[in-house]
Amino acid sequence: MKNPYLAKAVDTLQGFLVPIAIVALWQFLSSRHIVNPQILPAPTAVIAKWWEYLLPTDPFDPAHSSFLAWCFSGEMLRDAYASMYRVVVGFLVGGVLAIPLGLLMGANDRIYKLFNPLIQVLRPIPPIAFIPLSILWFGLGNPPAIFLIVIGAFFPMLMNTIAGVRHVDSIYIRAARSMGASQTTMFLRVMLPAATPYILTGARIGVGTAFIVVIVAEMIAVNNGLGYRILEAREFFWSDKIIAGMFTIGLLGLAIDTGMNRLNNYLLKWHRGIESK
Amino acid sequence: MTMQSQINISQVNKTFRTEGNEVVALENINLDIKPGEFICLLGPSGCGKSTLLNAIAGFSLPTSGSIVVDGKPVQEPGPDRGMVFQEYALFPWMTVEKNIAFGLEIKKQGKAEIKNKVDALLEMLNLQDFRDRYPKDLSGGMRQRVAIARVLALDSPIMLMDEPFGALDSLTRRNLQDELLRIWTEFRKTIIFVTHSIEESIYLADRIIVMTYRPGTIKKDVAVSMPRPRDPSSAAFNELKKELSLLVMEEQTRHNQQEIKLPAGD
Repeated sequence: MKNPYLAKAVDTLQGFLVPIAIVALWQFLSSRHIVNPQILPAPTAVIAKWWEYLLPTDPFDPAHSSFLAWCFSGEMLRDAYASMYRVVVGFLVGGVLAIPLGLLMGANDRIYKLFNPLIQVLRPIPPIAFIPLSILWFGLGNPPAIFLIVIGAFFPMLMNTIAGVRHVDSIYIRAARSMGASQTTMFLRVMLPAATPYILTGARIGVGTAFIVVIVAEMIAVNNGLGYRILEAREFFWSDKIIAGMFTIGLLGLAIDTGMNRLNNYLLKWHRGIESK
Repeated sequence: MTMQSQINISQVNKTFRTEGNEVVALENINLDIKPGEFICLLGPSGCGKSTLLNAIAGFSLPTSGSIVVDGKPVQEPGPDRGMVFQEYALFPWMTVEKNIAFGLEIKKQGKAEIKNKVDALLEMLNLQDFRDRYPKDLSGGMRQRVAIARVLALDSPIMLMDEPFGALDSLTRRNLQDELLRIWTEFRKTIIFVTHSIEESIYLADRIIVMTYRPGTIKKDVAVSMPRPRDPSSAAFNELKKELSLLVMEEQTRHNQQEIKLPAGD
């Protein structure tokens, strides 16, 4: 292929081939009533439902709200906002707890020995297993959901931060010592930046776990959010809405991962071997 | 200790213990270094030359004996003894400018003063165009220039260099050797330079300390009086090279023999 643009266009088209074929098969099976639409609704029905879920439910009323607020008043966007809110708060709380503790544990052997046994016992418990306890402790609503997300985000970030500090190349520490760096300078300007690649990997895994946990937590502890919505849809046999909701969850997950990736590339622009993807 | 010595090393021994194995890395080292001297520590790998340098730097103190720098015994690393590593050891998360400024920021110097010093060093080492680059974007030679600038910024009277040009190609190496001599002449620093290249040591040093392989002792202290710039193709240069080659080869042979007998690490 001589023309690079043409080559790229062909590549992109190739990427669409398999999804288009599957959707076409799916449409064929549904429109010929080969599968029950209650079990698997047609793609067209799912798209229609997704659009309906996206749009505002009430007609626009200037006396009631601004136009912009109305635009975002659709059920899907409110659900997405509720889910995102929980992920962000849980992830931030998890990070604020995990990163300083991880830095201390990585840098100080005594603190490591003090905390490590407890962490090794708690870490293998899947965050989902904390659901009964979190409801018992926090009741229903946001607090138990956020508690679960904190747990989900905490451990990956903690483990990676510890590993990051422990893997700091000793030559940087020697160089900084010979330049007369104090303990604080050593920690903030050498250990912390040297550990960032690991910490950011932890953050990326942490936010991914948080996103899994939020969907499960919403199915159990709260009555809004994307996870709640698809479970609610099942009770009414709205399979089209379940799939539309799943599609939204997928899009949001992709957006989070892309965002984290961008942040990673920005913060690690000094790092060798980072290719902009 | 004579009045004029800046670094006094007396009866220094260093023993490493690993898994019941005992390796005598340094044995009875006595050395006096005057201010402004350019010293090369020469020997095959495993002769303890880096161990001695690390002891002077304060990274790994001797098992017995004393190292006194400017009247004070060495107890820990410090900015009075700037160190240049073979692996550069630049902070990859800092730009060239920030790497050079780091030591000055530790000393809590004023912003304007730091900028002036960094500007001057960037110019001196021909690094102006790389000020905002990260180390990963630089070649090995460029990185070592930054590492030298970083140590010069500390304004330390003593520069310790651990095979700094060992990983560079021969042209870049010659280039940096000339630049180092220029800097040394301009700032009159005391330099202790570890190398296993005989030619490099003759090209650079006032005094070459040839070390023996295990235990590391001083085999010979050779003063080099040839005027600089030294011509590596000259007769005097090659005569000294031949003499030193014989000394180093003896140690290299002992190294090879012992390695067969005792497969221990370096």
